[in-house]
Amino acid sequence: MILPLSLEAVAYGVGQKPIITPLSLELSAGASTILLGANGAGKSVLMRLMHGLLSPTAGRVVWHEPEAARQRRLQAMVFQRPVMLRRSALENVRYVLRAAGEDASDSRALQALDEVGLRHVASQPARALSGGEQQRLALARAWALHPEVLFLDEPSASLDPSATREIEALVQAFDAAGTKIIMATHNLGQARRLGDEVLFLHQGRLVERAPVEAFFTRPASPEAAAFIRGELPWV
Amino acid sequence: MLGALGELRLWEIVVLSLRVSLSAVALATIAGLPLGAALAVGRFPGRHAVVVVLNALMGLPPVVVGLAVYLLLSRAGPLGGLGLLFTPGAMVVAQTLLILPIIAALCRQSVEDAWREYDEQLRSLGVHGMRAAATVLWDIRFSLLTAVLAGLGRASAEVGAVMIVGGNIDGVTRVMTTTIALETSKGDLPLALGLGIVLVAIVLAINAAAYLVKEAAQRKYG
Repeated sequence: MILPLSLEAVAYGVGQKPIITPLSLELSAGASTILLGANGAGKSVLMRLMHGLLSPTAGRVVWHEPEAARQRRLQAMVFQRPVMLRRSALENVRYVLRAAGEDASDSRALQALDEVGLRHVASQPARALSGGEQQRLALARAWALHPEVLFLDEPSASLDPSATREIEALVQAFDAAGTKIIMATHNLGQARRLGDEVLFLHQGRLVERAPVEAFFTRPASPEAAAFIRGELPWV
Repeated sequence: MLGALGELRLWEIVVLSLRVSLSAVALATIAGLPLGAALAVGRFPGRHAVVVVLNALMGLPPVVVGLAVYLLLSRAGPLGGLGLLFTPGAMVVAQTLLILPIIAALCRQSVEDAWREYDEQLRSLGVHGMRAAATVLWDIRFSLLTAVLAGLGRASAEVGAVMIVGGNIDGVTRVMTTTIALETSKGDLPLALGLGIVLVAIVLAINAAAYLVKEAAQRKYG
């Protein structure tokens, strides 16, 4: 178990410009957590701090699991724009399995492709797949690793509605299989469909943390209320 | 047009040209790819200046490279003891220096673009160091091949550097480009023209190969 994840007064800035102002929180297994906020609110940066792609300029990110290799092995991230290696869909999954030191057999990789409905394109070059298929392949790569925590950074931001629905169904399947979902989005409907709790960010500040229904029906902060009404100026 | 003897001479010249240029490409590739890759991912003071200088060196005039190598290898020069001046070896040295910046600069650009794209994904997967480098280099192998072929095209077509350090000695250091220059000035246009056609065919073939490899790779790997 690498969870719970604790952020202890974590802050991040570039030069004199603060991107994330000091915040502390703890994320435990179970509930799906949605990072919500306008563009530039700091969702992606906060997620990268959690996932270890960025180092905080102050404070600490602490996983329950102290060993770095196991921390890394048990978390995965799906990016807004999937990075497809120049090889077949199947080989993309096998690469990830090999990198994790797992059994990288064809059968195991095919199983992961099955989970996302991509078995029929296993031998096709990953970069020739459609945007939706590429994102599903990114999910298959994550699925193959059975991570305890899955980070998703606006995974459907550049997809059409039907591809978005497929991605959402897969995220729900991950959730049902016991993976902790931590997802950034600015799509309110998606937050409601997939989330159990909301972390609302505004200009690098964690303004509100609430169960999803409470957040949408009774937002506690004026910023969140304005964001839900769609009045928040996009910064 | 050419007698049997002329044809023999012609092919000797073609073979020597290819030997010199391919040797230079091999050496420049061995040095240039790691140099380019290191420049792409390394972070050190003065890196930007090195990149600018390297890009500028892509346009090095061959005669200047020839002159520099001549000074290095001439009897009184620092490497005069090697006795390389006016040998094919000197021509290889000159062409290597001429195309090293081309291969290194093109490699740096390819690696840098790929690295920007792959960096976060690979770190997310816990892939670091040599393994990350190997993944990126493998994925852009066809771009790297294009860089190498660009070097080969440049090497096989240049005349200034090999003329100065090789001396255009008949049967020893006479290559296609130097022969064309000489025979044209002597008025032996058939030989010059024949070599010119061979040279253009070779350069065309290299560029066609580069194009086809890239196309095939695009279809197969995306």
